[in-house]
Amino acid sequence: MTPVTHNPLPTTPSTHLWSKYGHVLSMGIQNTLVYRTNFLFRAAFGLVPLAATLFLWEAIYADKPAGAAIGAYTLAQMVSYYLLVTVVDSITAVAEDDWQIAADIKDGAVSQFLLKPLDFLAYRLCLYLSGRVIYTSVALIPVAFFLFFQREYLVGPAESLGWVLALLSVLMAGLLQFFIAYTVALLSFWVLDVSTFIFIQFAFEFLASGHLFPLDILPDGLHRLLLWSPYPYLLYFPVGVYLGRIQGAELWQGFALQLAWVVVAFLIARFVWSRGLRKYTAVGG
Amino acid sequence: MPSFSRYAGIYAALIRYSLIHEMQFKVNFLLWIVVEALWFGLQLAFMTVLYGHTDQIAGWSRWEVVLLVGCNQFIQQLFHTLFVTNLSNLSELIRKGTLDLLLLQPVNTRFLISVKKFEIGNIINALMGLVVIVYSLAQLGRVPTLAQWLGFAVVCLAGLSVHYSLMFLLACISFWTVRAQGIVWGYYNLFNIARLPAEAFPRGAYRAVFTWVLPMLLVSNVPAKLLAQRLASPWEWLALLGMAVACFVVSELFWRFSLRHYTSASA
Repeated sequence: MTPVTHNPLPTTPSTHLWSKYGHVLSMGIQNTLVYRTNFLFRAAFGLVPLAATLFLWEAIYADKPAGAAIGAYTLAQMVSYYLLVTVVDSITAVAEDDWQIAADIKDGAVSQFLLKPLDFLAYRLCLYLSGRVIYTSVALIPVAFFLFFQREYLVGPAESLGWVLALLSVLMAGLLQFFIAYTVALLSFWVLDVSTFIFIQFAFEFLASGHLFPLDILPDGLHRLLLWSPYPYLLYFPVGVYLGRIQGAELWQGFALQLAWVVVAFLIARFVWSRGLRKYTAVGG
Repeated sequence: MPSFSRYAGIYAALIRYSLIHEMQFKVNFLLWIVVEALWFGLQLAFMTVLYGHTDQIAGWSRWEVVLLVGCNQFIQQLFHTLFVTNLSNLSELIRKGTLDLLLLQPVNTRFLISVKKFEIGNIINALMGLVVIVYSLAQLGRVPTLAQWLGFAVVCLAGLSVHYSLMFLLACISFWTVRAQGIVWGYYNLFNIARLPAEAFPRGAYRAVFTWVLPMLLVSNVPAKLLAQRLASPWEWLALLGMAVACFVVSELFWRFSLRHYTSASA
């Protein structure tokens, strides 16, 4: 590991750290509130393709005998899967963060982080968290409205341990999501326009995270192969944990892999940052 | 028509300028083609996975759905080539006050806003859609006549016009909100449903809205059905042509209404 260029003040008392990043967090919340209408549109428009996907599945199941399963999913379980994907996605998806990070690098705003006792990754993570707080609260309105109509399909974990595990996996999914987006955005140190990379990454994520369909309806070999990639741990895994579909040895193996990917993604993010700084020529200053 | 040749001349100049601009960033130009191709591949992969578990969806066979996805890609990419960048840019023109400059040009302002940038790369992606159309037709064993190809061209133009009018309408909302990225982004979600078979949607509010208000379930479905020779009645393509005209008229009326509300941002 290349040493990082600056640490978040290792000597500072932790209370000071809390107040510093707590400040960033509240600043982030105030700034993101500006986007609330934007977020509302985003969440509401997002329900249009979701409804379409559900109709498509209903049409597929309609041609099969009642109670038939596709993969290991009955129609009700399939609908629950998509509903939970929508919920987890509202909580963890990056909204504007990657574009903003890229812009910070392009217009030279990262320079101030080289001078201030503030770690850029921690700073952006706080902004991501505050963004998620606002987005989730705003998205709650249309999503709850939608879930209400589909409430028969919305089932909770049977036991309280299920809730704890599900929350834990959503939390790690959020971190992983952020580190991936952060690293891709850091490519701005090298390329002029990072948006193509963001979209290419997102295409893989869309398919391999289980956003488009549950991964276990794929042929078994492909499904198992995908589980070694980081993507299933963004959506498919937390949703599977919540629904109680992933259990026993698979559950613990999944958590181990999720944690491993969070750590690896963090280390890659740090590495790319330190490499990027060597390339960095402060534009604008 | 001197006016027509004048506008054709202006458009040719704009295309030339866009080309020169595009060729400054060759790698980026190629990467965008890759991005669009990936997303197209993703749609086809999704359908492949679905048809791994079923033989038909709402009466559509596998290759008919591939044909539909191909038609949708073709129309959508032509829409990107001609309009999407320009319409997404309208909110910026308003926010920065650059619109003043365009309003003062001795050319129709809506024309200038709509066609300013020509995205040549998306033509490659449109051609990929066309290849998929031809391939799935071969798989279906259908050989459209020349008249059917001409009809296909007409309904594709109508579909293009629907996309254009609706997105223009949405972009005009930025005369009031200034920040309209969320709205434009929302349009991409509407695109998504155009590549699904209309029959998969139960008769009800959802299907009615996306047929008769925002006719997304017509724009790609009608061209695909025409080529697959499964149009139930001529009413289907007449509905698309009718909606294309209606959407354009509404968007023009809304544009004129919006302009009256425009207060310049710059001095």
